[in-house]
Amino acid sequence: MSDHCGPAEPAGVAVAGRRRIALVGSPNSGKTTLFNALTGLRAKTGNYPGVTVTRYQGVAETALGPVVLEDLPGTYSLTAISPDERIVAGVLDPADDSQDTPDALILTLDATTLRRSLRLAAQVLRADLPVCVVVTFTDELTRRQGRLDLAALGRALGVPVLAVVGGRRQQLGELRELLGGPATWSRPLVPPPLDAEAVSGWVDSVLASAGYAAPELDARTRRLDAVLLHPVGGTVVFLATMFVFFQTIFTLAAPVQGLIETGFAALGDQVRASIGVDWLAGLLADGVIGGVGGVVVFLPQIALLFVLISLLEGVGYLARAAFLMDRVMARAGLEGRAFVALLSSFACAIPGIMATRTLPSTRDRIATMMGAPLMTCSARLPVYVLLIGLLVPSDARVGPIGAQGLVMFGLYLGGAVSAMLTAWLFSRLGRSAGPALPFYMEMPPYRLPSARSVLLAVYDACRGFLAKVGKIILGTTVVLWLLLNLPAPSDAELARAGVDPADSSAVASYTIDHSLAADVGRAVEPVFEPLGFDWRINVGVLASLSAREVFVATMGQVAAATNPDDPSQALADLRVQDGPRAGEPLFTAPVLAALLVFFLYALQCMSTIAVLRRESGSWRWPAIAFTYLFALAWTMALLARVVVGAVT
Amino acid sequence: MSVMSAMSLRRHAAPVLVPASVGPVEERVATLSALRCGAAGTVTGVVADDPAVAQRLVDLGFVPGTPVETVRRAPLRDPVVYRVAGYEIALRKAQADCIRIAPTA
Repeated sequence: MSDHCGPAEPAGVAVAGRRRIALVGSPNSGKTTLFNALTGLRAKTGNYPGVTVTRYQGVAETALGPVVLEDLPGTYSLTAISPDERIVAGVLDPADDSQDTPDALILTLDATTLRRSLRLAAQVLRADLPVCVVVTFTDELTRRQGRLDLAALGRALGVPVLAVVGGRRQQLGELRELLGGPATWSRPLVPPPLDAEAVSGWVDSVLASAGYAAPELDARTRRLDAVLLHPVGGTVVFLATMFVFFQTIFTLAAPVQGLIETGFAALGDQVRASIGVDWLAGLLADGVIGGVGGVVVFLPQIALLFVLISLLEGVGYLARAAFLMDRVMARAGLEGRAFVALLSSFACAIPGIMATRTLPSTRDRIATMMGAPLMTCSARLPVYVLLIGLLVPSDARVGPIGAQGLVMFGLYLGGAVSAMLTAWLFSRLGRSAGPALPFYMEMPPYRLPSARSVLLAVYDACRGFLAKVGKIILGTTVVLWLLLNLPAPSDAELARAGVDPADSSAVASYTIDHSLAADVGRAVEPVFEPLGFDWRINVGVLASLSAREVFVATMGQVAAATNPDDPSQALADLRVQDGPRAGEPLFTAPVLAALLVFFLYALQCMSTIAVLRRESGSWRWPAIAFTYLFALAWTMALLARVVVGAVT
Repeated sequence: MSVMSAMSLRRHAAPVLVPASVGPVEERVATLSALRCGAAGTVTGVVADDPAVAQRLVDLGFVPGTPVETVRRAPLRDPVVYRVAGYEIALRKAQADCIRIAPTA
C-alpha cells in the first residue's frame, strides 16, 4: 500500500505484500453481495485519496491464504464520466499513479443482462490484469427460461468463469480456490476489440458461442410494475410507502431513544451519587456519560433507516420511487433518489445525510448533504416550542387556525424550501466544475434481498457511525461541559456572592454565569449584537452545538429557572443588563423571531458536522456548510428582527 | 497487450457518432423521446454534445442496430422506462433525445 492513503486508510487491512484483488461490475450485478459473502464482517471503509468516494476493503480467505479484496464502485463503463467511475478507471490502469493497481480482478456479470454486461467485460479484459468472471443470477436466468453455457462462455472469453448465486457456500468454495492463484488464470489470446461496432460483433459472437438465450420478461416484475408505476396507483403506493418510512424512523425510534436517554440519565445519577467530588461527578455524569448517551441515542434511527433503505433498495423499489419522484427533484437540480435522504432529514439530519449513500453521483450526494441540515429535524422542535411559546400567545388565532401552529408550519416550510434551494444552488455550482452528468437508472427486476445483506448494511452503518462520528460527538460534549461548568465556584465564592450553596438552581446559574462559556458568550457579543442576542443567549447558542435541544435546558440554567426543562416563565422575566436597552425585556418579539430564524438556518449541531465529515470524506464540506449556514442564519435572523420590529 | 491499459482505452475510445440521417429514409428519422408508450424501434445512432455521454449511452446498450421499446412514462411524463439489450432503464428526455431511432412500422 502506498503512503498517500492517509489516516482514512483502515489499519490492518492494507498489509504490504498481501495480494490485492478488486471487484469490478455494474450496479445491481451482485458485486457487493459477493464482496460481503467473501469478506464477511471484516470489511473496512475509508476514502480514496482526494475524492468523496467511499472505499470498501476487506480480507477474504482463499486456498492460499488471505487476500485483500476491494469492492470498486459499480460502473457501466470504463469510459469515466463521474468521479466514482474515474476511480475505477484509475484503479484498473497501471499507468495511473493516483490509485494502486490490484494484482487481479473479479468481474461480476449479471446473467440476465449479459448482452449489456459484456460491453463492460470487453473493456475490463483489455486491462493488462488477470481477470476471473463471476456470473450472478444464473438461477433467475433459468427461472425466466434463459440459457447460458458457463464453460463455453469461459472458452469464448478466454478467462476462468464460474457462477455464484447469492453467495452460496459451495460456489464460494470454488471461487476461493481460484482466488488463491491469479497467476495461473488463463488470459485471452487476443484482447476484445476497442471500436464500439467491433465490440458489438464481439459480444454477438461470445453470446453465440456460449449458447446464450436471453431471459423472458419477468412476469412478476411486469405485474408489480403495472401497479407500482401506475400514474395513480403508483403515486398512492409511493406516498403510503414514504409515510410508513417516515413514521418508522420518526415514531418507532422515539420510544427506544427515550429509553436510551432515561438509561444514561439514571447511570449518570448513579455516578453522581457515588462520587463525592462535585466537579468530577458532573464531568463524568453529564460530560462523559451524557456524551456517550448522545452518541448511542442516534443508533435506533440509523439502524431502522438502513433496514428500510436496504430492504427498499434490495427489493428494487428504491429505483421505482426515484422514477416517480425524479421530475419533482429535477427542479432542485437533483434526481429522484435524493428524495429519501431529504425526507429522512425531517426526523434528523444524521440518517438523512447517511441516506445520500444511495445516490450514484458524487455531485448529487454533496448537493443533497448541503440541503439536508435545513430540513426541520426533531431536535429543533423543543427549541421552536419554547420560543414560539414566548413569541405568540397560545390563544392567538389567525382565522380558525392557532397562530402558534401557523408559525411552526411556517418554520417547517421555510426549512424545506431553503433545503431545496440550497441543494439546487450547490448542484449548479457543481455543474460549473464539469458538464451535467446524464441521468439513467436501471430498473432491476424485483428481487428478495437476503436477510444477511440487510443486516450487514445496518451493521456497517451503525459501526461506521460509532467509530467515526461518535468520537467527535463525545469530544464536543466533554469540551462544552468543561466550558459551561469551569471554573467551579468554591463555597467561599458563593457565600461572597450571596448564593445559598444548598440551592442547586441558584448555584447552577451562578456557575454558568461565571463560566468560560460566559466569557466566550461575552467575547462574541459584538457579532450577535445586531440580532439582539446578549451574552446569555450566546451561551445557549454555544451549548446547543452539542444538540439543538440543549438550548432549552441551558437557557433554563442561565435564567436560574426552578424547572430548567420548562424555563419559559424565567425567560420571559429576563431583562437586558446593559447598553441602550438596559432594563427592557430581553426576549422581545423581534429578538425571538431572529432567534427562531437563526435556529432554522444555523448548523448548530456537532453531530451533523461530524457525519458530514464522515460521509464526504474530508473536513472541507462540513467547513463550507458551517460557514455558509452561519452567514445565512445571521443575515436571515437580522432580516427577521428588522421585519418583525417594523410590524410590532 | 501491456500498452492496452484502461488509460489508453479511455484515451482512444471513439464516441459512436453515427449520423442519423444516412440513407434515403431521412423523413423517418426520429429520436427515442418521440416514441410513444408501447412503441418499438431500432437504434440508428447516438448523438450528444459530449462524446463521453454518447459513449455511455452506447455502453448502456443503445448500440446501433439494437431494438428498443418504450415501456412506461412517469406520472409527470418524464423520465421514461425503455427496454433495451434485455433489461429496463429509465432515461430523462435530455438523454432520450440523443438516441436516434428508426421506428418499427
